[in-house]
Amino acid sequence: MASKTAAKDIITLRGSAAIVSEFFGYAANSILYNRAVYPEESFARVKKYGLPMLLTKDEGVKSFISNLNAQLSEWLEAGKLQRVVLVIMSMNTGEVLERWNFSIETDNEVVEKGVSREKSDKEIMREIQAIMRQIASSITYLPCLDEQCVFDVLAYTDTDVAVPFTWMESSDAKLIANPQMVKLHSFDTKIHKVNTLVSYKNDEEESDDEE
Amino acid sequence: MDMGYAHWMVTEGRKEKEPPFSRSPSSEAYRRLLAETLNLNRTRIFAFKNKPPTSSSASSSSTYHQQPKPAKPRRRIRQTSERALDAPDIVDDFYLNLLDWGSSNIVAIALARSVYLWDASHGSTSELVTVDEEHGLFTSVNWAPDGRHLAIGLENSEVQLWDAASNKQLRTLKGGHRCRVGSLAWNNHILTTGGMDGLIMNNDVRIRDHIVGTYRGHSQEVCGLKWSASGQQLASGGNDNLIHIWDRRRSSMAAAHQWLHRMEEHTAAVRALAWCPFQANLLASGGGGGDMSIKFWNTITGACLNSANTYAQVCGLLWSKSERELLSSHGFTGNQLTLWKYPSMVKTAELRGHTSRVLFLAQSPDGCTVASAAGDETLRFWNVFGDPAEAAREKSAPKANSEPFSWVNRIR
Repeated sequence: MASKTAAKDIITLRGSAAIVSEFFGYAANSILYNRAVYPEESFARVKKYGLPMLLTKDEGVKSFISNLNAQLSEWLEAGKLQRVVLVIMSMNTGEVLERWNFSIETDNEVVEKGVSREKSDKEIMREIQAIMRQIASSITYLPCLDEQCVFDVLAYTDTDVAVPFTWMESSDAKLIANPQMVKLHSFDTKIHKVNTLVSYKNDEEESDDEE
Repeated sequence: MDMGYAHWMVTEGRKEKEPPFSRSPSSEAYRRLLAETLNLNRTRIFAFKNKPPTSSSASSSSTYHQQPKPAKPRRRIRQTSERALDAPDIVDDFYLNLLDWGSSNIVAIALARSVYLWDASHGSTSELVTVDEEHGLFTSVNWAPDGRHLAIGLENSEVQLWDAASNKQLRTLKGGHRCRVGSLAWNNHILTTGGMDGLIMNNDVRIRDHIVGTYRGHSQEVCGLKWSASGQQLASGGNDNLIHIWDRRRSSMAAAHQWLHRMEEHTAAVRALAWCPFQANLLASGGGGGDMSIKFWNTITGACLNSANTYAQVCGLLWSKSERELLSSHGFTGNQLTLWKYPSMVKTAELRGHTSRVLFLAQSPDGCTVASAAGDETLRFWNVFGDPAEAAREKSAPKANSEPFSWVNRIR
């Protein structure tokens, strides 16, 4: 990583958790918009990460995502969140069509000792911006979803968490058989590193070898 | 000139131009999948219970043209109740069966020591009977197939038989059970009763010595009791986590009161039982809080065909009469009714509104509406299986309903 001449900012565990869960909220909205899970007109434009981002106006989806984020923040602060997966399924058949996988590596020293780290806020924003751009451009290679879809979110945590009241444990990871996978950029707050990966159902027409 | 950004763009930005597929070598994908599966030993997966709303398909933008589906177009299921009535003092006991909807379109509901009737055709209520403390609470209600006679089980082990048309009590069955009768099921003129003593008795209501048979098998309270449509098999579920299938066709005397099958797979009390209307010998059962699954059985062989985890206590089950769908009612924590497609067990709808476990379920005679009651003291109606207006149009002549009551009371 290139050294920055600009001043570094202090990142605390709580701050990092907030950044990651906020990122997830915007990323989820962006995915829902770009993959047309909800109609275009149900989104409003806002400015974030130096980009025009889209947020849903639907109250139900809004509250789903914000409740989610509240719990994710809590798990992130405890260092227990391993990954978050946004799953897109066909509404009619329930088949999993796409999986947006955000895996999280946590610096346990920070969780255990409560230290903080330093990194420029701008740098983190830029990294997130790159990921958002990639999500938007993913429609160029992801197969067309031409049926009505619904989404769901799975959170993978360490085994020693208490089951939160409004969550249920699922043994169904909603995996896709023989998926195509594309790795997107990552971002790192120095406390949490988030890696993004999208896996999708193998389009039968693709003759590409997975070599 | 921002050197940092430039550097990053030069080095990392390059990756964007590579074709995506070359970035997923099959071995890496396999390893990842393997790691994912193996990781599950050190990982727990959670999903948020309240699912996000589905986008309204009717107003979907022109970009996403609705593909013509081979099956019937999806009907719109309202996820809120059509109507909610007050059901004060309803007993929130998992082992009782306090709600039934008769073929004359009257709903019978037991509220503590009173039984009320709600005529669905006219929306009128009346009180059928109230008992004193000696009798204890009413613990079960069940309409006879004629929709006119009603059997009501009591805490003191008696069962009352009423003629709802004339509002008269016809008889009381005594001397059978020794504790409360929590479940009832009619088979023509035979009233089968299930008690807290674990016994199941077949009573011929026409004769004086009404007990014509006793089925022994359950060691704890019988909370689920259902005869198959043909009347040949009886399914019973108990607090001992067992399901028994009893078959009337067993001819030999010795085996007559022995169960045909005993199913032990559930790990909690089984009160939810429902025979499939479109496939013979198929039974669906639901387990309580420690089990949370819906299981499907072939009642000829006793084999378990399928098991689906619902992640919530299963309190009731009803099959749709017109579609291949199953409705389940749940307790902690969603208190919802879930509609499943059969046999895929894909969730089609979740009906919310109750604020405590939905113990009691009943289906309207036209098959469209489901009545549910819970400890939150409400009786709710859901047009989950179809639109009653449509069903009425399809029928040639409306059912002639007798108006048994001259007074109209509201359930208080």
